[in-house]
This record gives sequence, C-alpha cells and structure tokens, in this order.
Amino acid sequence: MIDKSVGSVADAIGDIRDDASVMIGGFGVAGMPRELIEALIDSGVRGLTIINNNAGNGDQGLAALIGAGRVRKIICSFPRQSDSHHFDSRYRAGDIELELVPQGTLAARIEAAGGGLGAIFTPTAYGTLLAEGKEVRDIGGRAYVLEYPIHADFALVKAHKGDRWGTLVYRKTARNFCPIMAMAAKTTIAQVSEIVPLGEIDPEAVITPGIFVRHIVEVREGSAAVSACAGRPQ
Amino acid sequence: MNRLSRDQIAARVARDIPEGAYVNLGIGLPTMVADFIPADREVFFQSENGLLGMGPKPMPGQEDPDLINAGKQPVTLLRGGCYFDHAKSFAMIRGGHIDLCVLGAFQVSIGGDLANWDTGASGSIPAVGGAMDLATGAKQTHVMMELLTKQGQSKLVRSCTYPLTGLACVTRVYTDLAIFEIEPGGVSVTEIVGGVTLDDLRRLTGLPLLPA
Repeated sequence: MIDKSVGSVADAIGDIRDDASVMIGGFGVAGMPRELIEALIDSGVRGLTIINNNAGNGDQGLAALIGAGRVRKIICSFPRQSDSHHFDSRYRAGDIELELVPQGTLAARIEAAGGGLGAIFTPTAYGTLLAEGKEVRDIGGRAYVLEYPIHADFALVKAHKGDRWGTLVYRKTARNFCPIMAMAAKTTIAQVSEIVPLGEIDPEAVITPGIFVRHIVEVREGSAAVSACAGRPQ
Repeated sequence: MNRLSRDQIAARVARDIPEGAYVNLGIGLPTMVADFIPADREVFFQSENGLLGMGPKPMPGQEDPDLINAGKQPVTLLRGGCYFDHAKSFAMIRGGHIDLCVLGAFQVSIGGDLANWDTGASGSIPAVGGAMDLATGAKQTHVMMELLTKQGQSKLVRSCTYPLTGLACVTRVYTDLAIFEIEPGGVSVTEIVGGVTLDDLRRLTGLPLLPA
C-alpha cells in the first residue's frame, strides 16, 4: 500500500541538507508552511537557497529562518515590506544574496522547471534593470526577455487537505505558488491541515495530483480564525 | 490651488471603469478605487495572488488569514468569484486578459514610461512584485498619483530618472490637479480641477501640454 504520509514535520524534512535549494510556498503568511519551516530551523541546516515571493514577514516561519542565519541566497519578487526586518538587517549586513525577479516571471520560471521547459521568453521587464545582460528577442514585432527555469531540490508547501497518495487541495488565496512549486522541485513535502481517506477529494477539484508530492504530513490548524472560517460557505 | 483628495482621485478613476471590466488595482493608493464603484455596477477585480471577483474588506472579526489581496490585507470573495495559482494569475496578466490595471507611480514620462518600483537611492532594498508584469501585460495601464512630490517636483516628466518598470505602457494619468492622456503626438490634458489652468499645469510640469 502506498502511503506518503509521515508522522512528524521533523521526519518530513529529514532529507534536507546544508546548501540545498528550497522552494517555500506562500504569499506573505497565506500558504506558508510554518511548521515545516520551524522543523527546518530545528534541524540546523545552513547555506540554503530559498525561493519564495517574499523574504519573510514578522518573526515567524521564513522570517525566523532568515533571522537564524540559515539562508545564503533568496530568490523573490518582493523582499522589502513593513515587517521584513529580519531580511532587511541580514541584507544590509551583506549576509544574504538577493535575486530579485518580477512576480509573474518568478511564477513562469518555476512553472517552466516543473513542466520540463528549457527557457521562456517573457515581455515583462524588457528595457528595465531586471533585464540587463539578458538575451532579448523580437518575436512577432514584440521584444521578449529570455529567462531560465528555477529548479529546486525541495519544495515545502501548505495545503488544506491531502490523501495518502499525495493529492492536494488548497484553501482560498493560500494556494498561490504552492501548486507550481510542488511541480518544480525534485522532492515536494506538503503540510496539510487534514489527511483524508482516498476518494474523499473530488477528482474534478484536485489541484495538485499526487505524482508531484513525495511526503505529506498533517498539521492541524491551531488558529482560531482559520477553524472558525473553515465551515463557512464561500 | 484646488486639489482633489486621494479619495476624490480614486472616485474619479472609478467613474471611468465600465461594467464587465476585468481590473487589477495596484497595492497602495489604487486599492481605494474599488470602494468607489457603485453597488449596481459589476466589475471583476483580479488580485495577482490568485483571486478573481474580489470583494470589499470583511466585517471586523470576519478576517480570514487565507483570504488576502496583493497588499496582504484581508478581503472577501464575491459570490461567483474564484481562486487560482500564481501561474494562472500571471497568465491572465501577461496574456492580455486584464482590461485595465491602475498603478501608483514615482514618475511617468511623456512617452508613457513608468517608474514605480525603486528610487535607486543607495541603501534602499528594491522590491518589484507584480508591477512589471501588470504594466506590460494589461490592455490598458493607467496611473493614479499626486502630480507633484512633497518638494513640488512634477512626477510627470520628460524622461524618467528612476529605474523603469515598463516602457511606453501608461496611457492615462489621473492626478489631484488634472487628467492626462498620453498619446503618440504628445500629452493632452483632458480634465482640469476647477481653478487650475492649462498654463498652471505647463508651469508646474515644465512640459508642452496640449489642450484636449
């Protein structure tokens, strides 16, 4: 019997080593797999390359990972925010490398990696600093910038429900980058609020087929706000 | 000199958005535009973090951390709205499916170049988000801003000095003093706040503005 579920977040991230590249789902804290990141901090790994839309908010999750000095490089679209103080101080101290990528290009590069494409041409950023040094091609009279896929050793994502085959559905805007990151990484680890029996997830509603997921771990939602909303009609 | 308040600029932008339009509002000032769409006019607001049919902010106590807009503020979903991932969201944006995006700006040039992500100041940390995709991908990019900086310099300029977000992408600029239309033949002033003259605007911007 195939069972991708593991008993703890520590087991789920146990294969991640120093200098790994790790995609982390989430937009701000929506969809951020906080408990998996906390396990990563506890594991002591260092020198990580992180791919996320942001560079941490507040003091938890990705912000704490950066604050703990475990991140060598971050690839993101929007690092600077009112509550990105951990990143700001590490960046100003020269402790962390930043690759700034427009948000749509970030998504397209991740999707390209997951879909086996060698590169993409995007009109975004043409003529700007973020296209400097990159190949530009005229396609049908419009200028496009060559961008390469972003691969990663691991992806950590948060989903709403999953089953033992690794099938995932998400909740509201917590979906964001999670489905494409799950496709792009060599090993995807999903934290879900509930593991349900096979067949309980409507096949027509599946967002991430289990083929993209290696490990799944249940982390029940502790937040009162989330559990109060879970049963509310959309 | 008379000026529109930020609320009044937002209301003016909202007046031009027709029923049925697919619209993305940039974070910050443009987000206010949604508050001024009349209740009987159906407009589809898209947020690049993965929702179409975005509704107003929730009632106090009803906030859901999994339901936020691009500015990471709690929002609601209208009946009939939907969620999707970032690849699909930016396919909507880059693929020309969004009728209009409204962005804030540090500078807009008379050729429609936009600068709104980085002042290039030393020590600043750049953050671009979805601005470059929106500026380039939406069918129309309109800017909403105050015409002058706090130091009195025009943000409508001959040529942007800040790093660009997109080239020749802005077609209309709503400001606290006037509305500007950016066309191949030059910038025309299509609406002026009462008490302000075309010559006032020419003096403040130093630009050869055309009458409508």
